Amino acid sequence: MVEIGHFALVLAFALSLVQSSVPLIGARRGDSAFMNAGSPVAVAGFALVALSFAALVAAHVRSDFSVANVWENSHSLKPMLYKYTAAWGSHEGSMLLWVLILTFFGALVALFGRNLPATLKATVIAVQGWIGAAFLLFVLLTSNPFTRISPPPFEGRDLNPILQDIGLAVHPPLLYLGYVGFSICFSFSVAALIDGRIDAAWARWVRPWTLAAWAFLTGGIAMGSYWAYYELGWGGFWFWDPVENASFMPWLSGTALLHSAVVMEKRSALKIWTLLLSILTFSLSLLGTFMVRSGVLTSVHAFATDPSRGVFILCILILFIGGSLALFAWRAPGLTAGGLFHPISREGALVVNNLFLTTATASVLIGTLYPLVVEATTGDKISVGAPFFNATFVPLMLPLLALVPFGPLLAWKRGDIAGAAQRLMFAFGAALLAAAAILIFVDVRAVFAALGVGLAVWLVCGALTDLAVKSGLGSQPPKVMLRRLIGLPGSMFGTAIAHAGLGLTVLGMVGTLSFGAETLATMKPGDVMSMPNHSLRLEGIRPVGGPNYTEQQAIFSVLNDAGEAYGQIISGKRFYPVRQMSTTEAGIRTFWFSQLYVSIGDETADGGVVVHAWWKPMVTLIWLGGLVMMIGGAVSLFDRRLRVGAPKAAKRRNRETLEPAE
Amino acid sequence: MTRKQKRLMVIGGGLAFLGAAAALTLVALGQRASYFYMPGDLEAAHLAPGQRIRLGGLVEDGTIVRGQGATVTFGVTDTTNAVKVTYTGILPDLFREGQGVITEGSFGADGVFAADSVLAKHDENYMPKEVADSLKEKGVWQPDEPAKATQ
Repeated sequence: MVEIGHFALVLAFALSLVQSSVPLIGARRGDSAFMNAGSPVAVAGFALVALSFAALVAAHVRSDFSVANVWENSHSLKPMLYKYTAAWGSHEGSMLLWVLILTFFGALVALFGRNLPATLKATVIAVQGWIGAAFLLFVLLTSNPFTRISPPPFEGRDLNPILQDIGLAVHPPLLYLGYVGFSICFSFSVAALIDGRIDAAWARWVRPWTLAAWAFLTGGIAMGSYWAYYELGWGGFWFWDPVENASFMPWLSGTALLHSAVVMEKRSALKIWTLLLSILTFSLSLLGTFMVRSGVLTSVHAFATDPSRGVFILCILILFIGGSLALFAWRAPGLTAGGLFHPISREGALVVNNLFLTTATASVLIGTLYPLVVEATTGDKISVGAPFFNATFVPLMLPLLALVPFGPLLAWKRGDIAGAAQRLMFAFGAALLAAAAILIFVDVRAVFAALGVGLAVWLVCGALTDLAVKSGLGSQPPKVMLRRLIGLPGSMFGTAIAHAGLGLTVLGMVGTLSFGAETLATMKPGDVMSMPNHSLRLEGIRPVGGPNYTEQQAIFSVLNDAGEAYGQIISGKRFYPVRQMSTTEAGIRTFWFSQLYVSIGDETADGGVVVHAWWKPMVTLIWLGGLVMMIGGAVSLFDRRLRVGAPKAAKRRNRETLEPAE
Repeated sequence: MTRKQKRLMVIGGGLAFLGAAAALTLVALGQRASYFYMPGDLEAAHLAPGQRIRLGGLVEDGTIVRGQGATVTFGVTDTTNAVKVTYTGILPDLFREGQGVITEGSFGADGVFAADSVLAKHDENYMPKEVADSLKEKGVWQPDEPAKATQ
């Protein structure tokens, strides 16, 4: 079975070479037999990689320690779920997952691209084949997951305990669906450059792919952030760590791409910019893969570092980024530019959005790579952390957030900014009220917190205002309004939902950062630690056994103001004997959107234990907001008008009368 | 306004914005980046009091002292020079004697390094990259086992 997996992978590489060349030759020569060969090859390539991946999962599930990858990352006592997830918990397995998702997207284009122009489809599949070939070669040469050991060991070395968590089942697949998903946008752009034209089909295809990749990436990042929050025991949700930035940069430029693709689809303007942006977004995904896999940057995440792998990915990186940008420089001037528009318009607003987001991406990129540049040129070792990003990224984001509610309210071509401002009076009032409430009832000095909360309320109310205005609030009787609201296209709901989700995330961050509290103390059983709204009493410390670990658990009672216990928090420290590693199992209790977070340290000589407790108001909104943004993306994706090849709605004429003018 | 003037205004506005962002970034890089030192480099570094740096090295054997509350003091060494560090909080899971660490903070008036964060890797045989590089330069790096691939 294991050899079948290895063999399938080699075969998939051979097929990817066919996929890279044959359809492209067909497209150049106008030979339809050659062009049509691309689709079955792409589907077969996906099937082979899937078979190979299944073989790896099977080896992990059966704890076949004769496979080096299983031996290094598994143990017979490990719970079953982690035997599945360990398949992509290692470097080799995670690269195989990367390739699996890449070929999956290629197969999707092959299967559902029937109504694409034949040459465009063939070229897209070929470009997808190039990426596939490069990464399959990388897996086969430097990170083969199917290497055998002879004689086979009796027992494995266990999976890194940090990864023995449900988060590993969800986070990497979502994240990869996101940032490998941008490969489709990249392939479409490169294909457009090769073809030398951007047609309507191109524009209609790029937007849904961007939207899908963006929604997955949003979910992946939010999930990863929550995982780090509860697993590392530091109580933080974002560390501005290079590995986090690696996924955040494609998200920022992907968000810009999402917005410019709207302009391109609706107004066929900003075509060349959108094309460049989709190349840059996938380039940042590749850069992220390189940074994570090569270990050139010190990170809080414990990743493999192997120079030969780093050099290989660096070559792929230079080839694809350099190649596509050179192609862009050569071919883009020949493309027909889109129309011009008035600065104050929906298009103009989306350009402003792009300006801010790409600049923010650049600032994150500079902060992330600067230590490398400095070390290479002067030899000094420096680190760029939260203080840098707080001083650059945050001031760039604040004006953008303040401008968000205006965008959807401006009309295409020529907008009325005064009218939009007038409609937003309610949202502005609500934001002012919220800010004033913070200053009056919480703390007069909390100016930044008040501004932050005001901004969050502004975003959420602005999104609601958008829906209310489009359904004709105030000008129509309620019945008509409701009917219009239901009739609004999915993409309008999607926009409003995603913008509101952004507001919720901002609210969560401001709440946690401004009104959070933490206490650190050495406690003995019976001691009480007071926190805002609650206090904690240490009831005792007990040892507990797990399947492949032992755990010291500290049991806390949550006390209310009267000193009565009404809940329990268990915080633990696990020790995994196989790897000789400990992990912190933070004890978390959720009160509405806020959380009480407790982690424990070492036991002191006199029987006490170091306890670090945080009160984190509104913290769950950070990730719930991310989830809401993802839902917004999904709602927008299922907009009937965006579905390429979907039959026209039967009640088309009827609906059109209900839709507001866009 | 002619079309050309309008376009110039838009382009000018965009460039001014980018210029402002670039200035912001450069200023922040100058002020907010923290340098990494090993104990032996400190003399030559001429640090301003209170300047934030990252101090890395090995946790010196027999120097971990748990004081009152959650405060811990320990020595960070590069095998020739050592610096006393204090830290209040929960130490990383893999913090122990002889292990490579990176601490971030600043020197107090008493010459003791007050750290507000301590990083130690979550892998038993992994050394922070900066520490490993510096130890190699000093010729005291003994890889008893190559840093093993663990994600």
